[in-house]
Amino acid sequence: MAITHRLPFERPIYDLEEKLQTLENQWRADVPTPEVREEIRNLRLEINRLKRDIFDNLDAWETVQVARHAERPQTDDYLELVFDEFVELHGDKSFGDDRAIRTGFAKIEDRKVMFIGQQKGKTLKERAECFYGCPHPEGYRKALAKMQMAAKFKLPVICFIDTPGAHPGIGAEERGQAYNIALNLREMSRIPTPIICVVIGEGGSGGALGIGIGDHIAMLQHTYYSVISPEGCAGILWKHSKYANLAAKALKFTSKDLLKLGVIDDVIQEPLGAAHRDHRSMAATLKSFLVRGFKSLSGLKPNELLDRRYNKFRKMGVFEEQAATELVAKPA
Amino acid sequence: MPMSDESPVTEIPVPASSEPTLPETAPAVKRTKRGVPEGLWIRCDGCKATVYKKEVEKQLNVCPECQHHFYVSGQKRIEQLLDPDSFEEWFTDLRSVDPLGFVDRKPYAERLKDEQKRTGLREACIAGRGYLRGRPLVFALTDSAFIMGSMGSVVGEMLTRSIEKATELNLPIVIVSGSGGGARMHEGILSLMQMGKVSAALARLHEAGGLFISVLTNPTMGGVAASFASLGDLILAEPNALVGFAGPRVVAATVKQELPPDFQTSEFMQKHGFVDRVVHRADLRSEISRVIDYCVR
Ligand SMILES: [Zn+2]
Repeated sequence: MAITHRLPFERPIYDLEEKLQTLENQWRADVPTPEVREEIRNLRLEINRLKRDIFDNLDAWETVQVARHAERPQTDDYLELVFDEFVELHGDKSFGDDRAIRTGFAKIEDRKVMFIGQQKGKTLKERAECFYGCPHPEGYRKALAKMQMAAKFKLPVICFIDTPGAHPGIGAEERGQAYNIALNLREMSRIPTPIICVVIGEGGSGGALGIGIGDHIAMLQHTYYSVISPEGCAGILWKHSKYANLAAKALKFTSKDLLKLGVIDDVIQEPLGAAHRDHRSMAATLKSFLVRGFKSLSGLKPNELLDRRYNKFRKMGVFEEQAATELVAKPA
Repeated sequence: MPMSDESPVTEIPVPASSEPTLPETAPAVKRTKRGVPEGLWIRCDGCKATVYKKEVEKQLNVCPECQHHFYVSGQKRIEQLLDPDSFEEWFTDLRSVDPLGFVDRKPYAERLKDEQKRTGLREACIAGRGYLRGRPLVFALTDSAFIMGSMGSVVGEMLTRSIEKATELNLPIVIVSGSGGGARMHEGILSLMQMGKVSAALARLHEAGGLFISVLTNPTMGGVAASFASLGDLILAEPNALVGFAGPRVVAATVKQELPPDFQTSEFMQKHGFVDRVVHRADLRSEISRVIDYCVR
């Protein structure tokens, strides 16, 4: 798969790959000499080493760029590669069918689930249709309605999070963006079937959390999940969005950070050089993660599940409680 | 989703008065943005009239000329709403820390200290129990003077404990929100998760049949609007408060068209079906007690 969208810090990888390509083309007709074979072998090793080096050491702002990569697999790719079947269910039965959130029945191996996933779109037309992955109130309403149906028919729920944030627009405000996100937070906390949430790209604040309450929360390795976009934070605290890289660092929002803060349960490893280089391998890892996840949750009775979910969010936050004389630090 | 839009309050320079400083107001020179500034006269940012400060205070910080609702500090709000000396404050031992080591133009730890000094508040939330016209209730508020009333770990924890207490004690809970800041950026993802935590506590209150009255004041935005503030069984709002999800400047920049004149006001939210009643500050006490009586017996 040829990647057309190249990130600046990936440059050394592409340079070496071009060198390799040239060498291979030169020797296409003939059998390469042992020296050339050795050179090709070394180049391949060097490319892998570079990928590992670069992607193991991404800084926060580079992580944002990878998470937003135009060729990164999206919800519709995973619907093809992870699931055996997807029966899309459109609409919130109140206002419309938000294309930024896809919902429907899905089959993963032998398991039937309710699928909820945010979609950013790839072509210009698709991006416009789904507002670049920024859902409207009807999207959250649709997601909640399908989850409540899942509860009724005892289906587990999968939520794929990939949004820059909920849409900031006039219609969105008129139709209750704040209310619908709030309602999802409250109601998802009491859906009595297992919910697994995975951040597959961007975890943009309330827009992400609106489908992000569950029993098992995970992030793909090179994604971010944040209270505010780095640009938005920079605009407010540094007075200009050009300082987004500084805000990205300060917000501590990479998968590694969130695991350390106790906000997520798992980081799902991406293939060498990140998900945009190998959709199939990423999908396979994600699939086995989901299958294992549901297996581990399937033994829990609804009440146990809900208590567990309540306590999971109940303990989030870091603060001190100054009891009488001593300061007691409460762990996350 | 913290939102930064604030309506600037114009202050006209007046000689400092000799009256004792009210506990809720910081030194006049610094207070150019919110609240009733020190001095004998203030300019109303509703009608631009110069009004006598004492008169404004007598009317619960409402402009006598145009009924513009000025900022009210948390302490003052408690005095206005609850029965005299009936408030028992809870959770005063909770302290914010700096879990991310967050530094923007100022380290967060330092910002917390400065805000405490400037506002006289420990945090952006005050919670406890009290009586309103003789009706017992749990009462909490967010004060927009403290880091824009934003919700970090401590605010989230105080609200969650308050809701759990209301559930346990079978008392109605009233939360008055004044949060332009939504979820507090300085505590990153932990602030976002407070939205989930508080909302989950409200789910349990809801299942137990508890009553939650949410009172929206200027401003109630972002992550606060998108969590507890929108989840009241009843939602009351003071007139002309800024209420919404995305800040108006963010919306304007996105849609590239002029916003409706009443966009994201209490009245706009009532018109679109998300506020039950817009209530003048002077009527809040009687309105709250009246609706409690319909729900609690
Ligand atoms: Zn006025």
